Amino acid sequence: MSFWKIAWRNIKQRALASSLTGLSMALGVALMILVIVIHDVTVEQFSNDAQGYHLIVGGSKGGDLQLVMTTVFHLGRPLYPIPYSYYEKFTEGEFAPYTAVAVPYCLGDSYVAGDQQFRVVATTPELFDKIAYGANEDGSDKKYSFQAGRNFQSDHFFEGVIGSVTARKTGLKVGDKFQPTHGMSAEGDKHTGFTVVGILAPTGTANDRAMFINVEGFYLLEGHALTSEDGEHTHVSIDKLRKDESHAATIDPNDPNYGMEPLPEAQREVTSILVVCKDSFGPMILDSKINKGKDRVAQAVSPGGVVSRLLENIIGPVQIVLFVLTVLIIIVAGISILVSIYNSMSERSHDIAVMRALGASRSAVMGIILVESILLSLLGGLAGVFLGHAVLGLAGPLVEAHTGISLRFWNFNWQESLLIPGLVGFASLVGFLPALTAYRTDVGRILGGGR
Amino acid sequence: MLNLNNVRKSYHEANGELLPILDIESFAVGAGEQVVLRGRSGCGKTTLLNCIAGMTTVDSGSIKINNTDIVKLPEVSRDRFRARYIGFVFQTFNLLPAFTAEENVLLGMSFTGQKPDAARAEKLLRDVGLGHRLDHKPATLSVGEQQRVAVARALANKPALLLADEPTANVDPAHQQQVIDLLREACDREKIALLLVTHSSEVADQFTRIEYLENVNRALGLVSSS
Repeated sequence: MSFWKIAWRNIKQRALASSLTGLSMALGVALMILVIVIHDVTVEQFSNDAQGYHLIVGGSKGGDLQLVMTTVFHLGRPLYPIPYSYYEKFTEGEFAPYTAVAVPYCLGDSYVAGDQQFRVVATTPELFDKIAYGANEDGSDKKYSFQAGRNFQSDHFFEGVIGSVTARKTGLKVGDKFQPTHGMSAEGDKHTGFTVVGILAPTGTANDRAMFINVEGFYLLEGHALTSEDGEHTHVSIDKLRKDESHAATIDPNDPNYGMEPLPEAQREVTSILVVCKDSFGPMILDSKINKGKDRVAQAVSPGGVVSRLLENIIGPVQIVLFVLTVLIIIVAGISILVSIYNSMSERSHDIAVMRALGASRSAVMGIILVESILLSLLGGLAGVFLGHAVLGLAGPLVEAHTGISLRFWNFNWQESLLIPGLVGFASLVGFLPALTAYRTDVGRILGGGR
Repeated sequence: MLNLNNVRKSYHEANGELLPILDIESFAVGAGEQVVLRGRSGCGKTTLLNCIAGMTTVDSGSIKINNTDIVKLPEVSRDRFRARYIGFVFQTFNLLPAFTAEENVLLGMSFTGQKPDAARAEKLLRDVGLGHRLDHKPATLSVGEQQRVAVARALANKPALLLADEPTANVDPAHQQQVIDLLREACDREKIALLLVTHSSEVADQFTRIEYLENVNRALGLVSSS
């Protein structure tokens, strides 16, 4: 009969105590799996969010982290805008030779549904047509697609598309209208409504929780136009015109633009620009021209670098703290195995003495106890791996709905493969003390009660 | 087969003094011989069996089994020797509760360095009338059945010597004779020497050779040193 079988029978004999100690190990390992995998997925998601373009260009008054947070993650207060003419440098000016795609972002509006607030991003249809949101495993770009409807059209000023999480939480469907609120607070004035023409398929990025409207319509809303340089051509917004009864009557309800003409470029601003360069030198050249040139109107940042720094400085330390905590939990679970086996040693000393009487050497009985400790840890550990992934699988949809982070049952981190050999080593360590007790069992004293 | 020469064993008492337990000049059991060992309580019978089995070390002297002096063997070799050549039947059976009857017998084969023989384990249990109880754990067996499993386990490795320490002490009178018959028949069949400790005159009287430990153990002060 092998040591494994003998140890397994001992474990079964103390089924309740063994189950509880195994469970404590399983919980510890499950927690560790969750920390490892969630960190891994979060880092991947954060990195994905910042993929698909080389540079983000925004106002120079503010830090690069703020620029990335507002543009990529739709968090925080947007930077002071830059002139539209600066954006045109990428489309037809001095930066155009290095630029493949430049997509403007105009931020500052939001949409409130119940107790939830969603960022409204005014942009061009090129965001979804020409920019990817990460890379597939084969290296190909992840292209935006629509789970319902289509992309908005550049010549339909009051169209918009919404992210998958936004759609689920707001209940908005294709064909519905939504009215952005001016500013980032719920108290702002409501603008003219935009029609939802498409709902993005889930991307696992922050864009799932945002709303995208045609930038041409955005410029026509109240408070979004600059006064012309001569101060004479003050723009009258669509919001005001529609409230003006005399004008409202003249609006053709079949005209998607309500008869409005695009805002003159001189009265436009952009909050930031997503730039895809033509080649690998482009980012360096543009970085040099924008950040080190005489004109310090804007700053250019590489989102990947900023995100890496963010992960390193904020998420990294949190991950270490969580990791240390879970290691401590596993150590406590290991100690519970030690205590469980050690406490059973006094009641099992008789069995051990019998095995010694049957010819088992000291090292054999020691080995059996060590195997028992290893089996308990291994079974607990494997149950923990399954439990951890089961939690990932079960909680995945909920987490994704709230955060946009996709967790799946099969999300696996290479560090998990170190768990099993690690547990075997750890179990050997915690099993050593009770094994030593078994080793020292005095057979003659225990079996020879009399003389 | 079994030869003891000048075997001495003492224990340290709480006050540090040495308490002699065994001092046996000579004691022998022949191959296949069946011997009863008797003696008053505390005279060292169990200690003697433990010393012969190599579970308790002696202070001096030699204990030869089939010409191997187990006193001189290193502990690991002594354990292996015990597994291979000595069977032990305990007063309290000492079956392991986590294992079935068959597994308890197989356990007796597990430390010899050879692969346990499941067919032999099953045959031994059938021979003691437990063919229908192979998968039963000790807790579900009667006292008599437990002792029969213990006998089967002691015979598992075809030992040269079977040590039985009051094997009928915990068995009801109705089953005492069955246990003795079982032991004697098995030892006869397998040519195993039997050294059986008992307080029971009924049991002892069935054997042709009865030894009183008081007669051979000088530590008790009852034996002349000549």
